[in-house]
Amino acid sequence: MFLINCPYCGERDQQEFKAGGEAHIERPKQPTELSDDEWAEYLFMRKNTKGVQFERWNHAHGCRKWFNMVRDTSNDEIKAIYKMGEKPPAQ
Amino acid sequence: MNKNLRVKSSDYIDETNRISFKFNGKTYHGFKGDTLASALLANDVHLVGRSFKYHRPRGIMTSGSEEPNAIVQINPGTNRTEPNVRATEVEIYEGLEASSQNCWPSVEFDIGGINNFLSPFFPAGFYYKTFMWPASFWEKYEFFIRHSAGLGKSPTSSDPDIYDHRNIHCDVLVVGAGISGILAAKNAAKNNFKTLLVDEKNELGGSTFYENNEFNKIDNKTPSEWLKKEIEELKNIKNLEIKTRTSVAAYHQYNYLLAKENLTDHLEAKDKANKIRQRLLKIRAKKVILATGALERPLIFNNNDRPGIMLSSAIKKYSEFYGVACGSKNVFFTNNDSAYESALSLYNKGINVEAIVDIRDQSESKIVKKIEEAGIKIYWSHTIVDTAGYKRLNRVSIMKLSNDGTSVTGSKISISCDCLGVAGGWTPAVHLYTQSGSKLKFDEEKQIFLPNQNTSEQISVGSCGGDFKIDEIIKNLNQKLKDSLNIKETDLDKIKIEIDQENSKRNIWLLPSDKPLGKTKPFVDYQNDATAKDIKLALREGFRSIEHVKRYTTTGMGTDQGKLGNMHALGIIADTAGVKMGELGTTTFRPPYTPLTFGTIVGRNVGKFFDIFRRTPMNDWHVENKAEFENVGQWKRAWYYPINGETMHQAVQRESKAARESAGILDASTLGKIDIQGSDASEFLNRVYTNAWSKLAIGKCRYGLMLNEDGMVYDDGVTTRLGENHYLMTTTTGGAANVLGKLEDYLQTEWPELDVYLTSVTDHYATASLCGPNSKKIIKKIIPDLDLSDESFPHMSFKEAKIGNIQCRIMRISFTGEHSYEINVQASYGKDLWEKFIEAGKEFNITPYGTETMHLLRAEKGFIIVGQDTDGTMTPIDLQMDWIVSKKKYDFIGKRSLYRSDTMKEDRKQLVGLLTEDPNVILEEGAQIVSELNQNPVEMLGHVTSSYFSPNLNKSIALAVVRGGKDMMGKQLFVPMENKNINVTVANPVFYDEKNERLNA
Ligand SMILES: [Zn+2]
Repeated sequence: MFLINCPYCGERDQQEFKAGGEAHIERPKQPTELSDDEWAEYLFMRKNTKGVQFERWNHAHGCRKWFNMVRDTSNDEIKAIYKMGEKPPAQ
Repeated sequence: MNKNLRVKSSDYIDETNRISFKFNGKTYHGFKGDTLASALLANDVHLVGRSFKYHRPRGIMTSGSEEPNAIVQINPGTNRTEPNVRATEVEIYEGLEASSQNCWPSVEFDIGGINNFLSPFFPAGFYYKTFMWPASFWEKYEFFIRHSAGLGKSPTSSDPDIYDHRNIHCDVLVVGAGISGILAAKNAAKNNFKTLLVDEKNELGGSTFYENNEFNKIDNKTPSEWLKKEIEELKNIKNLEIKTRTSVAAYHQYNYLLAKENLTDHLEAKDKANKIRQRLLKIRAKKVILATGALERPLIFNNNDRPGIMLSSAIKKYSEFYGVACGSKNVFFTNNDSAYESALSLYNKGINVEAIVDIRDQSESKIVKKIEEAGIKIYWSHTIVDTAGYKRLNRVSIMKLSNDGTSVTGSKISISCDCLGVAGGWTPAVHLYTQSGSKLKFDEEKQIFLPNQNTSEQISVGSCGGDFKIDEIIKNLNQKLKDSLNIKETDLDKIKIEIDQENSKRNIWLLPSDKPLGKTKPFVDYQNDATAKDIKLALREGFRSIEHVKRYTTTGMGTDQGKLGNMHALGIIADTAGVKMGELGTTTFRPPYTPLTFGTIVGRNVGKFFDIFRRTPMNDWHVENKAEFENVGQWKRAWYYPINGETMHQAVQRESKAARESAGILDASTLGKIDIQGSDASEFLNRVYTNAWSKLAIGKCRYGLMLNEDGMVYDDGVTTRLGENHYLMTTTTGGAANVLGKLEDYLQTEWPELDVYLTSVTDHYATASLCGPNSKKIIKKIIPDLDLSDESFPHMSFKEAKIGNIQCRIMRISFTGEHSYEINVQASYGKDLWEKFIEAGKEFNITPYGTETMHLLRAEKGFIIVGQDTDGTMTPIDLQMDWIVSKKKYDFIGKRSLYRSDTMKEDRKQLVGLLTEDPNVILEEGAQIVSELNQNPVEMLGHVTSSYFSPNLNKSIALAVVRGGKDMMGKQLFVPMENKNINVTVANPVFYDEKNERLNA
């Protein structure tokens, strides 16, 4: 059970949060311009990294804010948390 | 029998407080402070159970939570009965009853014992191999396996006890209150860390509490004396909370631990009532200090499981702590010095020690010399090759060990005895440590797994960290405390220690016998009857991974999780396979460390607190009017309102007819409502719905369909424009929270430039939906000055109004196809509003209807229910709702996916209507649809999603999804059921009032 440091609320138990998959996948601005393959790349393809992974999290049962997390999936160490729109920390 | 083996001189047992209890129906006596195990041993009862597979007689082996054999059923036949309880952990109280498990008809004569003689036929993997074939026989096998398997019986009536949960936040959590834990907690608390010290036992002190080795001294006192003074001092320390009878079951990441605090299990029945029995502590600690100690290892030799064979350390604890001699003729079998401490303890109390069998060739320790001087015979370089005594040990046979330890030589010596103490060294209790995700490393010299890589703020101190002697314990504890807590000095800096050095060790995982291995029974896992033979068989059959060997042989898979024998299993595998222990790795220790009751896990979340549910403001009226309820998400919704003993079908037929003929009223308060405001609100709706929103005039309503980015229908509902920058969105009842979450996601992460604010207002409004040709007249009666003409208040429009002083929002929208209004008021006025309509509608036979009738009425109109007629694989095109998908809008969520090659396929499943050949036959929802009857196998074209008997059309109707259904209008298909085939025809899904004339009726 993680202890997650919500950038708006502070440290809270994992059960207040919802994981939202891989981070930094921007919705294409002009979807109609994309081929099926390019759209599928955005829609379906997600990494499943063993090691450092960038993820979206939502403080669903708290402030409802989305934020980003850098987590090592091999040992669940949370390496960094930063707000939406902020640049990911250098690894 | 009933020999009294109590030896005076225990500080701990209160011999003035005599307690009677029953075991297997017979009454015994013990004293306050006894465990069930110590009290039985005092009565010379060793035989307490039968083993799982061979039903071999088994006795008490240990004095703690690692006990594999003495697992009993507590208070059998009562509603407080509990199976699989370790007799070594049960504190006795007046009236306690316990019985053996896994034996029939009794532990003394157990019919399953025949398995022991048949054991050549029960090798490792027996169940897997034997019961695999033929598959159809499985049911028969299962009956017999279930009948003879199982440990104990669960209670048959509900649990009378109260359970609780509590969250605890602390700076330092210390697990284990032996000498290391006590000193760690004391120093942490003294340095202003908020500290919690927990221990599974009912007293503090661990094994040092009765440490009697006179050659070990702390500040010139025996460790036991010294520690008692320390424990006394704990009382005066601030910042320190101590919880005994509290066992940590799980250690999760980020220092989140679950512990079970036992509050009443040691009390008499009359004192248990109305008290919390067990409490689950959910502990979040900044730092964790593991002081969980070590478990003594047995030795693995032929027939090492007879009642009377125990761990040497347990014999010492029973003697020193409980004042109980486990036998009158004792022998010890050891590979290290600790058995000599146990022997000395018995010797000092005048209990007979026949001999010590030691696999080492010598030891120079003072304690060994002392035993020699006492005249106790020591057999150096000897091993036990066999034991005798069916229900109680009566003899051991020993022989000289070869130099390499793989065989025995010379002649056999027989020693008569009734108790054997086995000392195979110590295994650090690293279970919790590894649960936390931290990694172990094998120490080849000490032959133990030790903490190596910590993943959270934690330290392991004392013997669980690999320190076994008082001097190294104190020294390393002191340094670890200073480093971890960042403190400069501690109480431990000045402690003076004298120690009896142990200089000789020898470890042999599997001890040889004069018989070949195949003719012996060296048990590795006592509870699951796995022997060294089974492990070797598994290796011969090609298993290599420790996890596979474990599963194949069931080693370590009992309720004790193999706490005693796991190391030997690893050692035997390593030796046999010729690899190093460190390379082999270890099996995963999974929570819970010791079993938890279900009661503790669920705490107060039982009965009506099992799950949260939501009720509408009109709920009391529905209850008073005898509605049946249905669960929709967390909501309790009125399902139908039976009168005069109507069945559901009868009630729904009546309600459905009344709603179309005159007036019906539905409690629609559960629909999700999201208030949307901001200057970009219209643009936002354009992006989330498939249709266009910019041109919706203020005061108008529009139906919207929301897709996922993959193009599949996600939710639907009517949204009303309340003002220039203000909308009220409704969602499905079940989808409300998810829709809000999804909209927030897009707003925050994809379109942060939009000026839009979302607020969930579902609970703020009560909604009554009034429908039918007389609905207008009823509204008119209640709000006479409201202009209800079609010109002023047309279908799909909205008006603010007042009922008395109550402000309300009225939408003229319809989910039934009838002329309808949805009236929203502040939630607290909901019931009042509802009753007003019921009263005003009396002359029109206003009929309250529930969700079932709502579903029927909308099905007559072919309106979909998201989640019933759709399942996350339906596009709006599949639903024949092309009309709602804007061709003009550049983009909306899911738009691009509607043009993927897959979503554009002609033969996707599409929503159609189905009519049965016999109009009285009602299809089953979920029934499969095929186009051929005499084909095998036959392709499933789709399934029925909604099906009803329509009283307004006087025939059955159904909605279905059918592959390529759009082009099958009028085609005959079949619905094969268990006993018959139903002929159906594909039809337009709008069955009733296709031209929508009734909306303005
Ligand atoms: Zn937050």
